[in-house]
Amino acid sequence: MENTAKYRISFVLLLIALVICFALNISLGSVSIPFKSTLNALFSGSIENESWHYIIWDYRIPKAFTAILSGGALALSGLLMQTLFRNPLAGPFVLGISSGASLGAALLIMGASIFSGFATFEIANSISLAIGASLGSFLVLLAVLSVASRVKDTMALLIIGLMFGSITAAIVSVLSYFTTSEELQRYVYWSFGSLGDLSWSQLSLLGGIILIGIILSIASIKSLNALLLGESYAQSLGVQLKKSRYIIIIATALLAGSVTAFAGPIAFVGLAVPHLTRQIFNTTDHKILVPAVLLYGAILMLLCDIVAQLPSSANVLPINAITSIIGAPVVIWLLTRKRRMLF
Amino acid sequence: MSSDTQHITISAKDLSIGYKNVSVANAINFDSLSGELIGIVGINGIGKSTLLRTLAKIQPSLSGSISIEGKSLDTLDASALASKISVVLTGSIASKYLTVQELIALGRQPYTNWIGTLTEQDKSKITEAIQMLQLEDLVHKKCYELSDGQLQRVMIARALAQDTSIILLDEPTTHLDLYHKVQILKLLKSITQETKKTILFTSHEIEIVIQLCDKMLLLKETDSPFGKPSELIKEGAFNTLFPTDTVSFDANTGTFRIQK
Repeated sequence: MENTAKYRISFVLLLIALVICFALNISLGSVSIPFKSTLNALFSGSIENESWHYIIWDYRIPKAFTAILSGGALALSGLLMQTLFRNPLAGPFVLGISSGASLGAALLIMGASIFSGFATFEIANSISLAIGASLGSFLVLLAVLSVASRVKDTMALLIIGLMFGSITAAIVSVLSYFTTSEELQRYVYWSFGSLGDLSWSQLSLLGGIILIGIILSIASIKSLNALLLGESYAQSLGVQLKKSRYIIIIATALLAGSVTAFAGPIAFVGLAVPHLTRQIFNTTDHKILVPAVLLYGAILMLLCDIVAQLPSSANVLPINAITSIIGAPVVIWLLTRKRRMLF
Repeated sequence: MSSDTQHITISAKDLSIGYKNVSVANAINFDSLSGELIGIVGINGIGKSTLLRTLAKIQPSLSGSISIEGKSLDTLDASALASKISVVLTGSIASKYLTVQELIALGRQPYTNWIGTLTEQDKSKITEAIQMLQLEDLVHKKCYELSDGQLQRVMIARALAQDTSIILLDEPTTHLDLYHKVQILKLLKSITQETKKTILFTSHEIEIVIQLCDKMLLLKETDSPFGKPSELIKEGAFNTLFPTDTVSFDANTGTFRIQK
């Protein structure tokens, strides 16, 4: 078909954009390092300045990879949920996955002082926080899944996801009421989202989980396309509805849950990127959309991170605030342009 | 099988349909043949859509048996059934952002590989369906740009592309004016004649269905007469289709009269 060449060019352009954004991202930051030195450190590994080398290899590059992984994963999970729930407003937050992660983090950070039995538990390091957040998101997901097997309608599932979100939000606010101000501050800081706190080993763990999520998504491409017609049609086309639904939900949880666990809640990327991608590629075919949202999500997150760095300033803005500031107008623009969001 | 001998496509025996043990219609018995256009009529809530959904295995039957081309429906899994029965349902499709081409191509899913690559044979089946429903001018349009009648033809083309021996349509003529109602039904008629498929559809347009269908199923709570429209009229089967206080059937004209 004549579209294939067009798609190929778009993908090449996207890859080039990704490389440029990656280079920009690691060359900008609170310590100004000349672009040439950045490239030198990258490709030849030559050390002009010990601290620059450290900044680039142990801070900026892991941060840029975190941005790529989290942006791509959140965007893909948003796409999966919008198709599965036939709802253009669905995103990783809707199933309660993000709120489950928040609950896990909140219990770890703020619960310790309330339940004195846990007071000795070391909560400072980010790995235990990540584990707590992952556990939280998976527990909420298990609860949603157990209800999902009894509910046939995905709209009902969507509302159940929202209700789980409300319950976890309520528990979080009770916890924050009883906790100390230092711990509350630490929780609030976590909820801002941060791409910069991951070590290389954490990064490879995040990358591994996301890879599984991507493989499950690719395996679901055919059923996702059939689901565009609705569940009854998908079934009549030979899709095993229950199995496909489980695979898609598990993929979403892996993608969104792991990112929230490691980088905190990051809003709007999951919601906005699939819409942007559909507009630009002008297709609903998930064979195109799955790789495209991964690239777009990664690029958008790198850009948001560049903005958050406030180049040549010592301040770093919370990434969650930046994605919302950029993402919300995008959604409004889409709404006004098409009158109603289509998917 | 040779193309001019008809064979049984769907066989329903003592079928009861409904939701969660509350039956809406019982003792449904019929055999459909290849090349037949069959209209299913009945009062609101009698289970016309339920019957189609049951035949397509989207929901279970309460009792009785259904066999599709000699095989029990229970033994056919979703993917085996997908190459025997295609459906056109009421209500809008989930994504209106699909193009006509993409939507019709989805009909080939039962035959494509794990990621849905279209082979030359798939493409020629899609083109065939597009030509049969004269959709050439619409193929690059998005579904939200189509009128109800156009969208209905696209959905029928998708069912045709699925290349099944049976097509089930749930109220294909709702929201259409008289001209487009008749156009769609005549189209279904010509499809059954040209392709030897069995087409079952539900409708409220009893008077048009009587004129166009090979056979009709009159869905009622206790018994559901099945046969040629002329025979059903002779048997007086239409007289009890609705409660007789408001409308009555006129056997001479094949129409319903309002009781004054």
